Amino acid sequence: MSETKHPIYLDYAATTPVDPRVAEKMMACLTMEGNFGNPASRSHSFGWNAEAAVEEARRQVAGLVNADPREIIWTSGATESDNLALKGVAHFYRKKGRHIVTSRTEHKAVLDSCRQLEREGYEVTYLTPEENGLLDLDKLKSALRDDTILVSIMHVNNEIGVVQDIAAIGEITRERGILFHSDAAQSAGKVPIDLAEMKVDLMSFSAHKIYGPKGVGALYVRRKPRVRLEAQMHGGGHERGMRSGTLPTHQIVGMGEAFRIAREEMAEENARLLKLRNRLLNGLKDIEEVYINGDLENRIPGNLNVSFNFVEGESLIMALKDMAVSSGSACTSASLEPSYVLRALGREDELAHSSIRFTLGRFTTAEDVDFVVETVRRKVDKLRELSPLWEMYQEGIDLSKVEWAAH
Amino acid sequence: MAYSAKVLDHYENPRNVGSFDKDDRSVGTGMVGAPSCGDVMKLQIKVNEEGVIEDAKFKTYGCGSAIASSSLLTEWVKGKTLEEATRIKNSDIAEELALPPVKIHCSVLAEDAIKAAIADYQKKAGA
Amino acid sequence: MAPGLNDVTVYLDHNATTPMAREALEAMLPFLEQRHGNPSSRHGRGRDARAAVDRAREQVAALVKVRPSQVIFTSGATEANNLALKGWSGGRPGARLAVGATEHPSVLSPALALRQHGCALGMLAVDSQGRIVSEALEEALAEGAGLVSVMLANNETGVIQDLRAISELAHERGALVHTDAAQAAGRIEVDFEACGADMMSLSAHKLSGPAGAGALVVGKTVDLEPLIHGGGQEHGLRAGTENVAAIVGFGAAAELALRRGRDAQVELRALRDYLELGLSRLPGAVIFASDAPRLPNTVFLALPGLEGETVVMLLDEDGIAVSSGSSCSSGATEPSHVLMAMGVEPEVARCAIRVSLGPGNTRADIDTLIAALEKHLYHQGAMPAGFLAAS
Repeated sequence: MSETKHPIYLDYAATTPVDPRVAEKMMACLTMEGNFGNPASRSHSFGWNAEAAVEEARRQVAGLVNADPREIIWTSGATESDNLALKGVAHFYRKKGRHIVTSRTEHKAVLDSCRQLEREGYEVTYLTPEENGLLDLDKLKSALRDDTILVSIMHVNNEIGVVQDIAAIGEITRERGILFHSDAAQSAGKVPIDLAEMKVDLMSFSAHKIYGPKGVGALYVRRKPRVRLEAQMHGGGHERGMRSGTLPTHQIVGMGEAFRIAREEMAEENARLLKLRNRLLNGLKDIEEVYINGDLENRIPGNLNVSFNFVEGESLIMALKDMAVSSGSACTSASLEPSYVLRALGREDELAHSSIRFTLGRFTTAEDVDFVVETVRRKVDKLRELSPLWEMYQEGIDLSKVEWAAH
Repeated sequence: MAYSAKVLDHYENPRNVGSFDKDDRSVGTGMVGAPSCGDVMKLQIKVNEEGVIEDAKFKTYGCGSAIASSSLLTEWVKGKTLEEATRIKNSDIAEELALPPVKIHCSVLAEDAIKAAIADYQKKAGA
Repeated sequence: MAPGLNDVTVYLDHNATTPMAREALEAMLPFLEQRHGNPSSRHGRGRDARAAVDRAREQVAALVKVRPSQVIFTSGATEANNLALKGWSGGRPGARLAVGATEHPSVLSPALALRQHGCALGMLAVDSQGRIVSEALEEALAEGAGLVSVMLANNETGVIQDLRAISELAHERGALVHTDAAQAAGRIEVDFEACGADMMSLSAHKLSGPAGAGALVVGKTVDLEPLIHGGGQEHGLRAGTENVAAIVGFGAAAELALRRGRDAQVELRALRDYLELGLSRLPGAVIFASDAPRLPNTVFLALPGLEGETVVMLLDEDGIAVSSGSSCSSGATEPSHVLMAMGVEPEVARCAIRVSLGPGNTRADIDTLIAALEKHLYHQGAMPAGFLAAS
């Protein structure tokens, strides 16, 4: 498929470009002249310089979320952080209990870790969120049992961008003596996080969702009260034994710089993104049979998830080839399944199939948004002309009453 | 996923989009698939007195491959007798459009659609 | 003292990590800013990233002569080793493993963790030259070891194991073989099929690629469980958004290593011989495993009387980077477990210094090192007065 010259990138939730300031810091670590040593080399200055750079980055990551740098464990990304948090806690506390509570709209990294733990004999309760994507905390409370060892609820959902009240969840879990993990891959740098205040025990971070590089992430592991983990990656005993493997200095330095920038610019950036998001929303919301997925209030500014009824999502993405958007989450988009997140919200399959996720970011402009609005309106019209469902809807046929030929 | 040039061509410039009056006795309508599966194909044929398909139209809700499969099929069936049209196989469509394995079901759906349209016509003609 | 010794930096610790090759760096850079797609995305940026990962997979596959589909990208060799051992054991409760006594901690440590979880573990003894003792292997196989993990080349001594013989023995008994080839790939010719291994771990940052990327090469008949669950990347064996830039750098470095091939080996070997000649002039210098086949870039030596940790600190002040053992355990005061397994006396082992060469090193670097060692030997009184002037 031919590439257009300037596709507009509106898929910042899938991954972000590295900020030029981040790239510059990374470059300095990659070359012979620079800081390329192995941070575990304790015997020469190449190693010490690398170690100093890694520790500076640790302070920067901790700084964004008001944690102690010693509570930050480097990993290869949020997926590994989620795996380490869930399996690490479950394996360490197996004698205390074998019940875990999570939600149906978590990222695959959490859900698939839970499935693995189920195979190992653990029991998992999957909460269903309300129609707006938010959890009813009373339902969460009533799912807790005496043998519950861990609750894992993401801070911001990757598909619909809704923000869960993790401060309130932390109060509930702490009172019950249950550990609380939150996947913050989509929230760090977008929503203020204060881990000195919030009673979150473990938190997963990603670099490449906030203008840092791919291949690096972190897991916050609380020191007071102390959280214990069983390591999932064994080796040279790096990261205080919780995660072995040579630390990729350039990537860690990049993550640190990305978190530093996020801390300084988050408020301004959020205000700008909210304006752009509302511009996009206002441009699309008067199209007939358009549905916004997820709560609009408790939501990060950069996310808009829209279902265009009677238009199939993949064909719409194909029509929107001048822009990079996503239907469902990137990890599942190779499959033909409709988004499990939207289905968990109770959306009918056809609306789930018709959804597009627009995620705006640091390099999105008002002109980009205007172009997107104009193009989407035109292409939705075109595809509805092609759609037998739209035709039936126009004729007043109730599609839910039609008996569809089994296929 | 990378689409073949032929899929893109049919997707960008779909042939024979539209509808016939489904109550017309010379029209056969096949509607297959389900919205919950992500594909619905409506294929209509207009058959003359010699039993030759003289026109065909489609509307499809589905991915690019589904749209291309139905668009291609409307081109192919025009001028064919009903008997010839029933011999079109999904593998012919898949091959022509170079569909990847995950999209073969689109060609299957197209084959189902023409069979359903022919059956609908014959049912009406027999009635 | 050699002129200008204090202002030069001589990097002789390539087995800890290598500086990146220009080619690898240049290949990576576009994937940070402009070509930043997520390979799982279906739009153009995503497909561009996917194509880049696929191309790198071909390059890495070519280096060890396998099909691209056999290459599973990981965050590095540590993860690859963990995946090999735990992934294999995952579906086999109570399985029995055998690992070499001189393995890297990223094999030993997961093996010990597996033992805690109910697997049986055998340690394969090595001889004084660091080579696996075949009777030890036969015994482990007779006890029912289902997986044997023996590194292709040792990170400290550079000793190259006769993997083909090990694989033949293991396969006769129906056992699989994993080999950690992190130090070998790119330094000697590595042929996955020919060496008979069923799984092989690779690292990018040991072959002039970036840190943060590695791979597990998996034979057709091996059944593995993933270590990291999630989005289903890497045939479901390793979830997580691919580290595209690092993987691309890995691919470029692999291609470069393949292209340089024998020439680079010959050059490194000549440089190592030059180093060993220089060492032979130092009284009492010992080169470990010198009778075994070794990597062309590695010299593990001791200057009895000079404590290894002290020497590396002194050399660092001279602007020379070497290591006293594997970087993962450096900082620890324990003598090298590799040398202990070889039966080296602890007091000699504590004097061990690892010099590992790389493509950028020259004879001048070696001269600088030898001069510095002479100086320190002299100052420690380990060298007779007048030796320096005479040499």
